[in-house]
Amino acid sequence: MSSNHPTTLLAEITHRCPLHCPYCSNPLEMIRGDGELTTEDWKRVFTQARQLGVLQLGLSGGEPLVRSDVEELATHAHALGLYTTLVTSAVGLTRGRAEKLREAGLEHIQISIQDSDHAVADRIAGMSAVRQKLSAAAIVRELGFAFSINIVLHRANIDRVGEMIELAASLGADRLELANTQYYGWALENRNALMPTRAQVAAAADVAEGAMRRHRGRMQIVYVLPDYHESYPKPCYGGWGKHYLVVAPDGRTLPCHGATHITTLRFDSVRDHALGWIWEESPAFQAFRGEAWMQEPCRTCPRKAIDFGGCRCQAFALTGDATNADPVCTLTPLRTIIDRALQEAEGPPAYRYRHMSLQRERR
Amino acid sequence: MQLTGTSVPVLWRLARLDFDPVRQQRVLLYPEGVVLLNDTGAAVLDLCDGRRSVADIATVLQERYHGDVTADVIDYLSRLVERELVRVE
Repeated sequence: MSSNHPTTLLAEITHRCPLHCPYCSNPLEMIRGDGELTTEDWKRVFTQARQLGVLQLGLSGGEPLVRSDVEELATHAHALGLYTTLVTSAVGLTRGRAEKLREAGLEHIQISIQDSDHAVADRIAGMSAVRQKLSAAAIVRELGFAFSINIVLHRANIDRVGEMIELAASLGADRLELANTQYYGWALENRNALMPTRAQVAAAADVAEGAMRRHRGRMQIVYVLPDYHESYPKPCYGGWGKHYLVVAPDGRTLPCHGATHITTLRFDSVRDHALGWIWEESPAFQAFRGEAWMQEPCRTCPRKAIDFGGCRCQAFALTGDATNADPVCTLTPLRTIIDRALQEAEGPPAYRYRHMSLQRERR
Repeated sequence: MQLTGTSVPVLWRLARLDFDPVRQQRVLLYPEGVVLLNDTGAAVLDLCDGRRSVADIATVLQERYHGDVTADVIDYLSRLVERELVRVE
């Protein structure tokens, strides 16, 4: 199966993060600081990515700002012509660093907000970061960055979606991503506590739709659907190994940040291979390109051209076989897994907080 | 928003046109997104300077493409307006 040019690289430059959000998309087994790629490694990866056709770069984590070389990486990315986004909690985004990032040519900053209710925000983050976020938002705005806010929606905050939209507007965001929790990594671990009810989801969708019309032309609102509550799966990143790649802190390169779930695949590292070889030739990127891997009902389903059978990572995480249909799809009997999860998601939430010291426990 | 000949389109503040030497193609870049442009799409967007109206743009392109392209320009820009990548004054 031949590959085309990727458009987007998500560089997870670290897993270290001061926050402990129980819906973090990082894997349960995180990479420690001494296992991270060096500055020179990352610069080489960005150069190779641009040569491969990547146009969009996300500097993400963990919290990317725990690394002191973000400015140097942003400078390098800008020189390559990449459109670069810093994906940050805003903890560590001081005026000094923001100014240096602006000089470096960084174009876009995305700040996460946990909740408009400060007490709940602190409870989710496992720390008090609200004040730093609000002050960083003002700096980002003032320095003229393109400014996005990302809010992950879950059972404990989704009822305040209207309030959170107005908060984002008052902070001057150009874009607001309202991302219903996707159940990978820590979020899958905490699924029962995070899953909203059907009534909550329907009410929030109505509020978001109204707000999209109201804020049109000033703040773009992107609403990421709660896939468990949908009838068909999401077309994950436009297909496996088609447009998108992720480099983890240790250099392992993935077709999607959830792919480490798929324990039957071995992901090659930019420490051992050129990014171009990994994209074009490596077994993991070849695994689910095209349609040859599909089972029924996907194989003969007309929707395979729309959603490519859904998310491979979700199929593996929930069924143990990454070639199955994404169980979100109501056309597969595997859907009972999702329906059961929706039913089980009752009762009071009990979070398992993202924490790096849990790494040893898992071994 | 219905686009007409007198509408004045302008690129979203956060979007910028660029040339990708890898694909040998013009591209529109914006937060979290890329549009790969064909020659005519790029020609239309190059003229979206916040001063020219849709009719002005069509007039310029008419000379280049020999024919009335107003409907095509409206159709193309309407799709980008729908995606909030082009704003209309």
